Amino acid sequence: MSFINYLSREINCKIVYYGPGLCGKTTNLQWIYQRTAPEAKGKMISLATEQDRTLFFDFLPLSLGEIRGFKTRFHLYTVPGQVFYDASRKLILKGVDGVVFVADSQIERMEANQESVENLQQNLAEQGYQLEKIPYVIQYNKRDLPNIATVAELRSLMNPTNAPDFEAVASKGVGVFDTLKSVAKLVLTELKRGSGG
Amino acid sequence: MNVVMYEDELNQIQTVVDKLVRDANARVVCIVDKNGQLISASGETDNLDTTSLASLIAGTIAAMGGMAKLLKENEFPTQFHEGVKANIHIQLVGNRVILAVIFDSRATLGLVRLRVKRACDELNAIFEALMKRVPAGGGSAPFGEITDEDIDNLFND
Ligand SMILES: Nc1nc2c(ncn2[C@@H]2O[C@H](COP(=O)(O)OP(=O)(O)OP(=O)(O)O)[C@@H](O)[C@H]2O)c(=O)[nH]1
Ligand SMILES: [Mg+2]
Repeated sequence: MSFINYLSREINCKIVYYGPGLCGKTTNLQWIYQRTAPEAKGKMISLATEQDRTLFFDFLPLSLGEIRGFKTRFHLYTVPGQVFYDASRKLILKGVDGVVFVADSQIERMEANQESVENLQQNLAEQGYQLEKIPYVIQYNKRDLPNIATVAELRSLMNPTNAPDFEAVASKGVGVFDTLKSVAKLVLTELKRGSGG
Repeated sequence: MNVVMYEDELNQIQTVVDKLVRDANARVVCIVDKNGQLISASGETDNLDTTSLASLIAGTIAAMGGMAKLLKENEFPTQFHEGVKANIHIQLVGNRVILAVIFDSRATLGLVRLRVKRACDELNAIFEALMKRVPAGGGSAPFGEITDEDIDNLFND
């Protein structure tokens, strides 16, 4: 649910990074934070456990520039991936404009990936959203590790609808901005479509 | 579904918020939507990261709302946290937006509560008028004219 403010001439959109525990959601936001010019970003807030697992959410506000005199701002959130934090995930999904699903490419995490997508679909459905109808991008992360599934395998498991997808090594920044740009573009395109353009 | 806020309403909201800062002797007052977007702020905001504050305020309201559901309560509409120098009073307004007041020893909780109550009534009236107007206003109008090129241009670094 984007938020358009005619007084400050701003448009705010909410993007949520979803995926199983330890897949690299927080790492994506940390990389974006580190590599964004100070004037284009706000503080990154991480509500995490002492072991650096996301407890409630990470939050990073970004400004992308102007479109027709409107400042475009994106609020990036991550959810906690651990299964038992489902109540928090539901809260963070409220009002979402676009979702990035970060999949863990390691073979032993395939089940966790699939459970997490199903959980995403279910939590969106509770809010009356359908995954196929919202801006949605998939990232296959941890491509640097040895025991990983091939992209073809990941695609057939995780991407039946042919959403834009990207290979990534979030800890080294590979694919991080490609993923972000892709979802941001989809969100803006949807906004344009929704307003009859 | 988008939220569109026009100058008129935003100015009205700003008036309420400015007045509340004065009437309650508050340091900062802000209005946040339930998704964490800052709608309006007033007071000593210069050295305050209001964007982060807004997302955290919405987070606590969301968490309390989740708890309320588990306990079969409707909402927990009010929160108060007392610090050494600063206190924060958070109030859900008409289940739509959140009114947060940060104050110090220049104000008392009693005074803040009283003034918040009045501000809530005024804000409810403004938002009710806004809700009636939005469907007629025609969605997120400026974006109909955006071209694919405009969007691409944002990403040329
Ligand atoms: N080798 C490798 N490690 C990665 C990569 N991306 C993230 N990691 C590491 O994986 C671990 C977990 O990353 P996080 O970003 O905290 O994972 P998360 O998805 O936020 O996890 P939760 O908060 O529990 O949901 C960290 O030690 C990261 O450094 C990657 O591409 N390759
Ligand atoms: Mg995390």
